[in-house]
Amino acid sequence: HQVLRIKASNEEQIQKLQLLETLEHLQLDFWLNPSSPALPVDVRIPFHSLQAVKVFLESNNIKYSILIEDLQVVLDEEKQDMAFSRQRERSTNTFDYGTYHSLASIYEELDNLAQEHSSIVSKLTIGESYEKRPLYVLKFSTGGTNRPAIWIDAGIHSREWITQASAIWIARKIASDYGSDPSVTSLLNKMDIFLLAVTNPDGYEFTHTENRMWRKTRSRNQGSLCIGVDPNRNWDAGFGDQFLLCSLSVLTGPGASSNPCSDSYHGPSANSEAEVKSVVDFIKNHGNIVAFLTLHSYSQLLMYPYGYKCTKPADYTELDSVGKAAASSIHSLYGTTFKVGNICSTIYQASGGSIDWSYDYGIKYSFAFELRDTGNYGFLLPASQIIPTAEETWLGLKTIMEHVRDNLY
Amino acid sequence: DIDNVGRKYHLKLVLEDIVEKDNIVNCTAEILYHLDNTNAAPDVHFEIEGELKNTEEQDNIFYNRIKSLKKELAAQNIPDSHGNMPPEMEPIRLLAQAAAGYVVWQNSTENTRYELAQIKHVRQLKRSDDYLEFDYMVLLHEFVSQEIIPWQMTVLWHPQHGVKVTQNSRQPKHAEH
Repeated sequence: HQVLRIKASNEEQIQKLQLLETLEHLQLDFWLNPSSPALPVDVRIPFHSLQAVKVFLESNNIKYSILIEDLQVVLDEEKQDMAFSRQRERSTNTFDYGTYHSLASIYEELDNLAQEHSSIVSKLTIGESYEKRPLYVLKFSTGGTNRPAIWIDAGIHSREWITQASAIWIARKIASDYGSDPSVTSLLNKMDIFLLAVTNPDGYEFTHTENRMWRKTRSRNQGSLCIGVDPNRNWDAGFGDQFLLCSLSVLTGPGASSNPCSDSYHGPSANSEAEVKSVVDFIKNHGNIVAFLTLHSYSQLLMYPYGYKCTKPADYTELDSVGKAAASSIHSLYGTTFKVGNICSTIYQASGGSIDWSYDYGIKYSFAFELRDTGNYGFLLPASQIIPTAEETWLGLKTIMEHVRDNLY
Repeated sequence: DIDNVGRKYHLKLVLEDIVEKDNIVNCTAEILYHLDNTNAAPDVHFEIEGELKNTEEQDNIFYNRIKSLKKELAAQNIPDSHGNMPPEMEPIRLLAQAAAGYVVWQNSTENTRYELAQIKHVRQLKRSDDYLEFDYMVLLHEFVSQEIIPWQMTVLWHPQHGVKVTQNSRQPKHAEH
């Protein structure tokens, strides 16, 4: 069967085509009926009527073109496409990466990823949260024994939903790009990647059930009605340090708060939080983590140490250059601008932060990202921005990882 | 530093329209943070290069739409947890941004950075004159302390007379939340 597009040039020709419509023995199927010379007429013609119709059109000087040469071919292709997509849907593609998910849904997807890409992805439990939720890490590895590895975590602050959402997208990206993307392939042939998509599951659950703006863990504080510790003030790096603010000569110390009711409460002691301790123990036990990358939102910043002091780290020049390269990669996709610098001068003085600990522990490539946006929506970043954010963040992470791969120490 | 007065900052900045990203305007500003009386808002003087976008048409459309509502407007959680909101709420959110800008200015020091995090609820108050009046309960996010601070604002608006915050007050937080 062929489909022709017919262009009548006047009313007379329209009438001729309308006559054609009445000839039932031709078994013509008009997809667009003849009505006015301004509009095209599309008609499906069975093989046996093709010659007759074409002769009719040509002898009446009615212009036409072939829209579909062979309809059967088109139908066969469509059938094949539909079969493939049904097959894909049964796997990871039922998970909508462009929307925010519950904890249970994310955990289910972690399982799916590990199952479907079992040759390179496995799921590990590195500990438990305060409320006994498992802390799941995806390990991306093509083998070897204790290869140098990259650590990536997201959602340490539960209200920063764009980070958990980006992390799960990035997980799928790494898994599906291995074998097809030269960069990811060469990376995983040399190194492993560990990804903790939800570092603070108790907090994340709380943001869904009770308070969307919850930041901290959900641990009980002795002698206080207030709950929770800021997990990114709880690391052993200048823990609890307060800062003298030069301008007002008053020790107001934004570094971290000693008040349990505060959103930046550092906790009773370093590593008091189960979530933090689990990561620290994992990293120490592994012994070969060469990069520590953590995702936060918002502000569009790419930072390296230090936060607990305003002096530059020893590797400042290299970290700054890698950071700038990563920011450039991020910018290349959608024009999103990230500022690069050390925590202290870029965002604020903060003590007990994760990348300060990892850097002082010996992990040279320690970076913290603050993802979109810069304050317009803040924590409530519209779901429509999840995939673009994940895509650009991935480019930034990849730039850093490529540098690490080529500069193992 | 200005002895016995405070600290002055000279800024060169770029203003970006949050609605139309390509619309940017250069700006210079002078900010004076007072030494004594930290309850005083910083002094702000600024100059804009060129003109700000004319929004008369959209303002009038919004104004007429609200004026023609049968019942006073009331809404909650703008945007919602997923960052979504009905498109007709966008002007309500932008109005809150403008009003919050005033509140933020009044409460800023060299060690604060405030952003509007969410509108918890907004209700329109009936008026006998031409102005629109809204009572907002918003959440402000303070960056340095990372606190989320509930804040009440009463906002007056008229397409020709602009935004005015007639009342605003910091609200108490709840212990467990």
